[in-house]
Amino acid sequence: MLKIEAVLQPSKLDAVKDALLDAGIEGMTILEARGHGRQKGHTEFYRGREYTVDLLPKVKIEIVVTDELKEKAIQAIIGAARTGRIGDGKIFVSRVEEAIRIRNDERGETAL
Amino acid sequence: MFRRASLLLLLSACLGFSSLALAQTSSSAPAAAQAPVTQAQIAALEQSVRTTQAATAAAQSAADNAWMLVSAALVLLMTGPGLALFYGGLVRKKNILGTMMQSFAMMGLVTILWAVVGYSLAFGHGNAFIGGFEHVFLRGVGLAPNTDYAPTIPEQTYMIYQLMFAIITPALITGAFAERMKFSAMAVFLSLWSLLVYSPMAHMVWGVGGFLNATGGHIPSLDFAGGTVVHITSGVSALVTCIYLGKRIGYPHLNMPPHSMVLSFIGACLLWVGWFGFNAGSALGSGPLATSAFINTHFAAAAAALGWTIAEWIHNGKPTALGAISGAVAGLVAITPASGYVQPFSALAIGLIAGVFCSFMVFAVKSRLRYDDSLDAFGVHGAGGTLGALLTGLFATGAINAAFGKNANGSPLPTGAMDGHWSQMLNQLAGVGLAWGISIVGTLVLLFAVDKVIGLRVSPEEESVGLDLSQHGEEGYDLNS
Repeated sequence: MLKIEAVLQPSKLDAVKDALLDAGIEGMTILEARGHGRQKGHTEFYRGREYTVDLLPKVKIEIVVTDELKEKAIQAIIGAARTGRIGDGKIFVSRVEEAIRIRNDERGETAL
Repeated sequence: MFRRASLLLLLSACLGFSSLALAQTSSSAPAAAQAPVTQAQIAALEQSVRTTQAATAAAQSAADNAWMLVSAALVLLMTGPGLALFYGGLVRKKNILGTMMQSFAMMGLVTILWAVVGYSLAFGHGNAFIGGFEHVFLRGVGLAPNTDYAPTIPEQTYMIYQLMFAIITPALITGAFAERMKFSAMAVFLSLWSLLVYSPMAHMVWGVGGFLNATGGHIPSLDFAGGTVVHITSGVSALVTCIYLGKRIGYPHLNMPPHSMVLSFIGACLLWVGWFGFNAGSALGSGPLATSAFINTHFAAAAAALGWTIAEWIHNGKPTALGAISGAVAGLVAITPASGYVQPFSALAIGLIAGVFCSFMVFAVKSRLRYDDSLDAFGVHGAGGTLGALLTGLFATGAINAAFGKNANGSPLPTGAMDGHWSQMLNQLAGVGLAWGISIVGTLVLLFAVDKVIGLRVSPEEESVGLDLSQHGEEGYDLNS
């Protein structure tokens, strides 16, 4: 089982969610985050002074999928989120040790 | 009231005509009584005229009182929630309640102090600088008018109206020491300030025999609704306080933008509308002078908002909401002393000048001199009030308000430079100087005293965690609950 974490532009959330659903991935956790990579912030004004806001709003999607679905999930995310500009985001993949369904104690891939 | 008055008038007219008609018929009768109108009829007519006059006076009083009570409510609205929201939105989220509580505390504390001794010190008979104790516990302040101040409304109306001014003035100062003053110290400091600085200044400008009173004062100065009494005192005291207290931790390199411009926007609009009570209510009646003041207030706010916005647009490239609302407030401050003395287009000019001037004070002067006047209490109220007081001397005209009386022909005596009375500018300067002086001295004495006894500033940990938690054990926003 693999955990796929994608940090995205907030405006791409709906498109990515729909793409994942189309790919057959229904379980996901969505977090509001702030951050930046190489993307510069934007400037705001307060009392005539200009200052840079570095921490930009982001959205993070976390999904746990079977190994077989890994590439399909990644392609779904990239297809929906890519614009070609700096700020598109990043995807991280890590291994998950265990998954458990709280309702009925199911474990392993059936719990996904 | 008016219907009753006109009915009585009609009745007396009918009485008059009918007695005349009777007179005609009786004189045509051959050997009838000669006097066309009897004594009884004259007496009846006189009685109905007296009744009509009393009814008319009562009607005018009722209209004046109604407007004054509404104005008092509007001015209170300016403090709560106007100022509370305006300031509250400008501070960081962790200090919202602390900031609002400072304004709210004034609503409670100043009310008590005013009733006990504040009103007496401001408006009782005393000397040129302070009133006496004749009205402690509001003794003698009843429902009959006090002809020294407002002859058509109960003195209690006048007292409660003035109370709302006494409440908002110290509340304005809180903007300078936002986010770093202890609640207990603030309560003591501002309570004493209202007695030591506000009441004497109010007495000097508006009290009977006051040094700066426009009517008969030693140096008659024109301050219609409190440019010196409210804005200069609070603004200059704010400057003194923020310098004494020192800067917030992290200022100026840490950015501390407003946590909610939405709240500030709402607060500013409440201030604008409430200001109609502040200025137009200072006419102490519902007649044409109130109309003048109302219009001047609105015109100045609009022109100043535009002035600040344009200045900022040129300076920074974008017009901010904060700039626009600050501009409006600056205009309202500047027109306060002038509102009942100037013509509408003078108000537009005053507003425009104030908007640009105060924006300059905030952008250029504050950053250059590096004092942490957190919410620009000095930049807007102190500077705006000073400018407004001087512009009042420039633009005041007897045509709007014969503040210095009339001459033998019944025309108003010159009031401001617009009438050729240039020396009024010197009087205005004197008022400004006195306001600055009493504010600086009074505030320094109090700050020093309260600091020694209670300690003014919160500890660095308390400042870090925020006033809401450290002073009040509460959170302003618990959006996850």
